[in-house]
Amino acid sequence: MLTRRQLLGGGLAAGAALVIAGLAYEFSPDRALRDPHYRFVILDEEDRAIVAAIAPVMLAGALPAGAVEQVVRGTDVAIAGLPLHVRAQIRQLFGVLRFPLTRMFVAGIWHPWHSANAGEIAAFLQHWRYSPVVQLRSAYDALHQLLMAAWYGNEQAWPPTGYPGPPKVG
Amino acid sequence: MIRDIIAYGVKSGWKVHDASQLSSDMHIDADVAIVGTGAGGGTAAEILSAAGLRVVLIEEGPLRSSSDFHMLEREAYPQLYQDSAARKTKDKGITILQGRAVGGSTTVNWTSSFRTPPETLAYWREQYGLPGYTPETLAPWFAMMERRLNIHPWAKAPNDNNDVLRRGAAKLGILTEVIPRNVKGCWNLGYCGMGCPTNAKQSMLVTTIPSALERGAVLLTRARAERLVFDGAKITSLRVRALNAGGITTSPYSVTVHARHFVLAAGAIGSPALLLRSALPDPYERVGKRTFLHPVVLSFATMPEAVNGFSGAPQSIYTDHFLHTQPLDGPIGYKLEVPPIHPVLAATTLIGFGESHTRLMNELTHGQVIIALMRDGFNEHSQGGSVGLHADGSPLLDYPITDYIWEGARRALLTMAQIQFAAGARSVLPMHEDAVPYHSLNAASKAIEAFPMQILRTLVVSAHVMGGCGMGNDPKQSVVDGNGAHYHAENLSVFDGSIFPTSIGANPQLSIYGITARNATRLAEQLTGRPALRPLDSVS
Ligand SMILES: Cc1cc2nc3c(=O)[nH]c(=O)nc-3n(C[C@H](O)[C@H](O)[C@H](O)COP(=O)(O)OP(=O)(O)OC[C@H]3O[C@@H](n4cnc5c(N)ncnc54)[C@H](O)[C@@H]3O)c2cc1C
Ligand code: SF4
Repeated sequence: MLTRRQLLGGGLAAGAALVIAGLAYEFSPDRALRDPHYRFVILDEEDRAIVAAIAPVMLAGALPAGAVEQVVRGTDVAIAGLPLHVRAQIRQLFGVLRFPLTRMFVAGIWHPWHSANAGEIAAFLQHWRYSPVVQLRSAYDALHQLLMAAWYGNEQAWPPTGYPGPPKVG
Repeated sequence: MIRDIIAYGVKSGWKVHDASQLSSDMHIDADVAIVGTGAGGGTAAEILSAAGLRVVLIEEGPLRSSSDFHMLEREAYPQLYQDSAARKTKDKGITILQGRAVGGSTTVNWTSSFRTPPETLAYWREQYGLPGYTPETLAPWFAMMERRLNIHPWAKAPNDNNDVLRRGAAKLGILTEVIPRNVKGCWNLGYCGMGCPTNAKQSMLVTTIPSALERGAVLLTRARAERLVFDGAKITSLRVRALNAGGITTSPYSVTVHARHFVLAAGAIGSPALLLRSALPDPYERVGKRTFLHPVVLSFATMPEAVNGFSGAPQSIYTDHFLHTQPLDGPIGYKLEVPPIHPVLAATTLIGFGESHTRLMNELTHGQVIIALMRDGFNEHSQGGSVGLHADGSPLLDYPITDYIWEGARRALLTMAQIQFAAGARSVLPMHEDAVPYHSLNAASKAIEAFPMQILRTLVVSAHVMGGCGMGNDPKQSVVDGNGAHYHAENLSVFDGSIFPTSIGANPQLSIYGITARNATRLAEQLTGRPALRPLDSVS
């Protein structure tokens, strides 16, 4: 399903420079989430637009206004914490979502991400979630895990859930 | 103020090297080199160094200790777990939790401590020719480790999450029991899975490893054992690659370790992968085969009362009832327990997205979860998985879920819903993508009967990886003998969860502690030529 061009373009070419940029944050995911001068390690502008489009649908009812940026950054930090072979697979996934033909015919998103509407995105997620193609179900699962972790790892996400945060010790 | 015994020890002069800080290659000489610092590596390090042997420990993960444990999932998962707690099987059908820090999985585990069940040992004696593995001969070793790690049945009240399991089962006439835990002065916080901030959990990090370091053992962290060098008869050295500080990318530097004896304790998945990378003789292709997981399915209930499953000792109640409703080698049996419920773990596990998912999250304090751990490896339709390697040499576990296991998964989902409704659940949501919250047992049962059982549709997870370097008396079916000695290299032993020829049928840590204590003591005697300290009542 993936073309060779996508594999190389999405997967490998951007690799080395990003890995080096990532070293600073590998060490401290927590700092990365707070750093006002955060530099994205994995996601470029186009990837970020995709996460920013999916997040309000994946997390509908949970994300307050202005919180999308937190999820986008949290997703970047989460991917940066994965081994290189997993990162490469996630790059492939973003490749499919970016490339217009696969975006349309595999994901069923007919507009560029920034103008895709919520209904279209929900249908895409639902379609992959129940797809007979196991790779698409696993791609849905990856998006689910990444975005959920990116949001619910945050203090900001906790008040509506009733989770009080960690107790005081020491 | 809680004393950080690790920081204190390092200051007092323990020989700890963070390989990510190396600026040149390094050589280390020792009597025994141990790869991995989890349940097996930690236990072995204490016993071998107490026997006067010079020990070096090689650990891929970082050294983190109580003052680093902030009880935050966003910190703990990337820092203390393999693949940020998102390790997957080859087809992505199963998510695997495994530790990756000094102390291995014991640094993040949930403290449940069971001896190896007698029926498991009986199966090993019969099928794998392991006459020394009886409850009686192992008892002194288990008792020794129970004393060492302060293992006692949890004396405080179970938290409400565990109490639902107790109450629901009681209503159905099913016996539950209290879980023994390896804790000392536990604050009952519930954050064992993020590293215990009070040092109450008697993990390897705060017990056996400090004791080995006190005796002069060397600990190398952020150091990945890449390859054993074999001269046709024995291992001559171990090649270790330094990692960068974050532990994802490799540094340019390497460490060469020379030792008289090498011990693999990199865990099931890690140990077989190192053997595969080293291309040691494996004439019957046994390495990595029969890897078991206790595959887990989950059921989420919403209770009328608050449960607060994030608070209190995570596991304190269990039932083995469903391990005994059919023969050991019949349809698969399962142990029922509960997991802790924290926001990231819950959000990534709960099915669905958007409003329906948010509704579940907004009732998180009323959420209750039961897990069924299936006892794999005792039936011809349960051969487990096999460990192979990615192109970059990192391990990959292929674990196909057979119909035999799916049948048990369906039965387990039903059982858990029964117990949750019996305990008064308002609704029950089996963790299956086709499920919705059901408000009656009848509705839940009908739905569960009809679920298509497929990967990435039925949620399956595991925190218990076992096997892959199975032990037994026949080299044709085993990688190591009953003492953990490798069949094809003279000076190589495997001391961790990978030597189990089947799954355990109970949370595995105490099985690893007890069996490693026995085998490491024998190794110490063999290497020193002197009797080692043995538990008083041990006969063989
Ligand atoms: C979240 C969680 C909860 C659990 N709860 C319980 C429980 O309540 N009760 C129970 O009995 N069990 C529990 N377990 C399981 C139990 O902790 C493990 O079965 C046990 O620790 C396994 O011991 P081990 O020695 O085989 O491997 P591990 O303890 O996993 O240690 C292996 C170590 O080797 C290191 N390593 C791997 N490869 C290399 C390499 N190439 N070079 C250097 N180092 C390497 C790893 O980083 C790791 O630190 C739990 C596990 C998890 C993850
Ligand atoms: S419950 Fe006890 S053992 Fe677990 S983290 Fe809290 S204090 Fe430590």
